[in-house]
This record gives sequence, C-alpha cells and structure tokens, in this order.
Amino acid sequence: MLNHTCRFILAGFFCSWCLSTVAQSLPPYNPVTDERLQNPEETNWLMYRGSYDSHGYSTLDEINIDNVEDLVPVWTFSTGLREGHQAPPIVNDGYMYVSTPQNHIIAIDARTGDMIWRYVRFLPDDLQQMHPTNRGVALYGDRVYLATVDAYLVSLDALTGDVIWEVAVEDYYNGYYMTMAPLIADGKVMVGVSGGELGIRGFVAAFDVITGEPAWKTYTIPAPGEPGSESWPGDTWETGGVPVWLTGSYDPEFNVAYWGTGNGGPWMGDTRPGDNLYATSTIALDVSTGELKAHHQYHWNDSWDWDEVSAPLLIDYQRQGETVKGMVHPGRNGYLWFLEREENQINFVEANPYVYQDVFTSLDPVTGRPEYDMSKKPGTGFEASFCPSLWGGKDWPPAAFNPVSRLLFIPANDNVCSTMEGEEVQFRPGRPFMGRAPSENGGFFVRPGTGHIGELQAWNVDTGEKAWTTTFGSQNWGPVLATAGDLVFMGGTNDRYFRAFDASSGEILWQQRTNSGITGVPVTYSLDGKQYIAVQSGWGVDAQREQNLLNLVKGENHYVPQGGVIWVFALPD
Amino acid sequence: MPITAFGQSPNRMRPQQGDQLVFDEGDRIGELIGFDMLELEQQPLSALAKDPDTETIRDGSRLNRVMIMKLDEEKLNSRFQVNAAEGIVAYSAVCTHTGCDVINWDEGLLRMACPCHESQFDVYDGAKNVGGPAPRPLAMLPLEIVDGIVTVAGAFKGRVGFTQDF
Repeated sequence: MLNHTCRFILAGFFCSWCLSTVAQSLPPYNPVTDERLQNPEETNWLMYRGSYDSHGYSTLDEINIDNVEDLVPVWTFSTGLREGHQAPPIVNDGYMYVSTPQNHIIAIDARTGDMIWRYVRFLPDDLQQMHPTNRGVALYGDRVYLATVDAYLVSLDALTGDVIWEVAVEDYYNGYYMTMAPLIADGKVMVGVSGGELGIRGFVAAFDVITGEPAWKTYTIPAPGEPGSESWPGDTWETGGVPVWLTGSYDPEFNVAYWGTGNGGPWMGDTRPGDNLYATSTIALDVSTGELKAHHQYHWNDSWDWDEVSAPLLIDYQRQGETVKGMVHPGRNGYLWFLEREENQINFVEANPYVYQDVFTSLDPVTGRPEYDMSKKPGTGFEASFCPSLWGGKDWPPAAFNPVSRLLFIPANDNVCSTMEGEEVQFRPGRPFMGRAPSENGGFFVRPGTGHIGELQAWNVDTGEKAWTTTFGSQNWGPVLATAGDLVFMGGTNDRYFRAFDASSGEILWQQRTNSGITGVPVTYSLDGKQYIAVQSGWGVDAQREQNLLNLVKGENHYVPQGGVIWVFALPD
Repeated sequence: MPITAFGQSPNRMRPQQGDQLVFDEGDRIGELIGFDMLELEQQPLSALAKDPDTETIRDGSRLNRVMIMKLDEEKLNSRFQVNAAEGIVAYSAVCTHTGCDVINWDEGLLRMACPCHESQFDVYDGAKNVGGPAPRPLAMLPLEIVDGIVTVAGAFKGRVGFTQDF
C-alpha cells in the first residue's frame, strides 16, 4: 500500500489550458459552502445527483409537458474522447464542470459553451481500465475535486484548473481505481474505490476538504476479530472485493453517509462461504469518524456479480398511515427495496421484484434476507443460468424521484439473463480475480418469448405500486432526471436518442438524436431566468459491452458510434 | 558501474533479445518454457521474460507480460511467421482497448479474448482485432528456439497497451 502523499503537483504530470479572455467575462465565482450543499439552489446543479438525498430532481419548471416539444440545442462541445461519458455537468452560477473518460475536466462558460480551462491527466501507460469512465466532479469553496482512474484524489482551483494538491488514495497497480464523483460533507471529501474484479479490499476514505490530509478509512470487509469478520473464511477478506464505486447519499441530520457496496470476489460465492458482510449492502458511515453505524445486506454470498453500489435514495414515504423515514433502492438483484433509516440502524420494510427475477424464492418478512433457488446460483465447476443478467435489473444509472408526484423513476432492463460457471483462479495483485469460466456469447441470453429489454418504470413510493412502464427494444443505460415540469429526461438506448417523458404517463414527448449513445447523467439549471437541460452523449463501457453480446446473441451488427459531446438544450427565446 | 535510466530497472524493462521465457502462473511458475512443453492450439499461457545472465525476471511492469501458444505454422499468416518459432507465438497480454489482461480463450474460434469488454483477437492473423472495441492488434513478441528454450528474438512488434485519446 502506498503511503498517503499530499503534495503539490510536479510539472508535467498534468496540464491545463486556461483561456483568460473567457474567464474575464464571467461573473465572480460563487464559493460553494456547506449551507449551499445542504440547500442547493434550483438554479444550480452542485453535486452528482443535485442534492444529498440523491433524488435527481429539480424544482425548475419553465420547461414542462406543455412546451418540451419545442426544446432545441443551444450549444454543444466535443470532448475529443471516446468511451463512457457518464458524468453530470456540474453547474455553479454560470460555471460548468464536466469530467470525462481518461480524467479530463472541462470548465465551460455555461451560457455560451466557451471553454474556460481544461485539465488533462496523463495516466500511467501500464494502467488497466476495466471501466473507462468518470462520473463527475465535486465542488467546495473555490475548488473542484476529481477521483481518478489511477486512484488519486485531486483538488483543483475552480477558476484556473491549477492543481492545488493530490492524494494517492491507493495503488492502481494493485487493482484500485476510482470512477465516482466525490462526496463532500462536514469538512470531508469522501471517495470509494473500484477494483472488485481485481482482488482489492474495498473501502471508503475521507480527507480534509481543504488540506487533503487523511481523516479516516473504513473497509467494506471487516478484518479478523471485527464484527462481521466471521462471514469471511480464512484470508478471503484480504482480497474479497466489495468495492464502492458510486457516490453516497448523505443525511445531515444524522451526519451519516449511505454507500452502496459491490459484490465479493472472486465472483463465485463458494470461494468465500458465508454471508460476506458488508458486500451487496447499503452501509451507513458516520462522516465525522468513518464508524460503520448500520448496514442492510440485500443478498448474501453473491454469485451473480450483482453489485448493489447505487446509493439508496433518501425518501420519506407512507406505510399503513405512518411516515417512514426511509430509503429506497432499486437493486441490481431485481428487487425494489424499501428500508427505514434510524440513527444507528437500518430496518427492512418491504421488497418486491421490479423485473423478472428467478433466483429468490422468498424473503424473510422481518429482515428481508432472501432464500435462493440454489439451481440458479453458479459455483466453481457448476454452471447456472439466472435472471436478471449480471448487469441486473438496474446497473449503475441512477433512478430519480419526484417528491411532489411521489413517483420513483427506474431505468431498468428486463428479460435478459446470464449463464455462468466458476473456475479456479489464482490471486495475483492487480490481475483479474473473477474466477468465471469463459462461455458462449459471454453467457448472455434473452429470455425466450419476450419482446423488449429496456424500460423506464414509475413507482408510487407511498403505495409501493407501479404507475407505468415505457419499454424499449434496446437495452437501457440511461441515468434519469426528474423535474417539476412533470418531466423525466433519459437517454440510454442504442439508437442515440435523448428523450423527455411525461412523468405522469411515460409518454415520449420529445426526443433528440445525438452523436452517440447517452449514458451520461442529465442535469438542469437556470441562468438569467432561463432553464437549460445538459447531458453528455458518449457511449461505452458496459453499455457497449452489452451491445457486443446482443450482437452475438442476435446475429446482428448494430453499431453505436463513440465520441463524447456535451449537449445543452433550452426553449427558443 | 553501468548507468540504469530512471524507471528502467532490469525487471521493468521490456523483454530483450536473448531473454528466455518462463511460465508466469500455475504450478510451473518461474520455470523455463521448452519448445516441446506447449500443445497445439491449447489455451494461451501467461509468460514473462527472464534475463539468463542475471536471472532477473522482468515482472516489474504488466506491459511485459505475454500470452504464449503453439500454432500450426502452415496456418499462421505468412506475414507473422518470421516472429514465430516452431509454431510458437507470443502476444502482449495487454488489450489495446483500455489495457485489461487478455486472458480468455475461445477454443472454438481460436481467438484470444478480453474479459473486460469482449474484444477478440485472431491468433493466426497476428492477433488482429476481430471483435469488440479494441482498435489495434496485440503487439507480437518475436521468438526463436535456443537450446530448446523459447527465447526472445527481438523487441515487441507493435505498440504494447492502449493509447489515450488525447
């Protein structure tokens, strides 16, 4: 493990261009404060999901169901890069910050599309990128924060792009990397690590938001003697994966951040008999200390690659006439989970499948612990087929919630399944540690007799019932934005469209074909009283990988061009 | 004393002409690879170069790793036969897409495959990229047989690893 090093940057390790003439025309930079993060203005989009509760919702309503058909592009900006452009454009009073694959940050005048500066990270040539993407920057004070694919946390000047400090979070050579947007709260900047397929031991780490000094580091796999360690046999805890690769939700009242965790490694559960805490869970971490205060494990001893890394949406909902201080999580395991959060505890409330799922036979009514059809659980030398596929009912693309209509919008995939068989695998630092035997068509198949894959679903959180579903022939990898204009925005399909949906019915009201497929997180903001919608188009990573397998399965050669472009839309003046 | 450039300690250096190949995994890890130890068209094996003079195994960079296999010489594209020895070929183990380890093997199509993004490489055609997002063939390491041992005959042909777009 590397020592944490906090240092000023050596020349040549990065570069940035600063266009001073553009910067001079911009308004003074509005520093991001704790107060602003806790109560973000509707005019801005200050963090990954817009707010700490991960709702992905905006109260802006100038663009609404009555006029969205008039929406037009205002400006575009080509990133010059390939692969998965998944980050939301982060907007602070006219300054837009967009991160891209290969860890560039482009600072842009949100009014005009003019570039202010660009940070380019020169990544090591021996880096392997299993997931070549980045999911956004974080803002605090007059700084921008980036978690890098070579496992550094970087703090930059928001006005110039100059690097102020960077911290080695872990050693990329041992399989650690980062793709998430950092989470900033209570004076800390927090990140989690990817690398579950490379024999890491996952963790969340916090650093002083000003100095970069390490504050705490909490592993997702307990060491021997710690609570939960009995669920990992032998030395499996050292290389058991359980990454944290998406931004957590934050409850300021409890000063607790809720993080989703990935599956254990190697992939086959029989290599690590036990529940494998705290894999495939939501964990609650005290932001002051890193103490693990509570957890809920969605499923035990995973053998399906069903990471549950999406942070739960913090939603208070109704049950039996009572308000539940809750959390809602559309799981990769295909179940929609309703939980209750207390200061030191997470309680199970209910869960039901939202896509076809043939693994769970029942849930414990008190704890939510599932029982399995063991014929559907792959193992070492044991082939099994299961639905949904290893990408689950919903992979990383975030769901959104409209607190007025009470509808939760889930970007889902149904009717696709996987076949897997495990094989023995030798641990070598930084090398693939999945233990999955190669299989025809990547073990991927479409459930016979079904007609679609992608879905946008709407669920009423107070009744627990589905309101509507809109289906797509294509797979769906589209993050969701909900607005008070009674609209839902989402791309995600392999036909390159970005769409607006009637949030009450799921009807498509508007669509724009773009340069590539859209797996970027859409956002909205306003400037000078005018509302804008912004999203990156840039297909890649698992959306592309699923397309490759669909082509094999269907005998087709559907092509989705790559290359990133930032799109900004508005109504005509 | 010879001067070694920064970052070029012997175990980091790419395979050098005259290096011998050793197994990089499994029960025979570290053992020299004899030309008669590989079976025709079987799953490629991970290998590293070893300096026979200093006994240094060049394991200091993952870019040094190759996948080695025995092919039918007559079926190998003639352009690449010069880099083969007794039908044995070695390709870089690092995918040209995003740098993952190309460790999977399609025994039906005789293709190396990347577990990350499903790129496929035709081993009879110089590891040409024939499926998935990889933009270029895998680099090829020229081989010869010296005293029965699979030996490096020259530097990699082609660029090892992936290229950043920008």
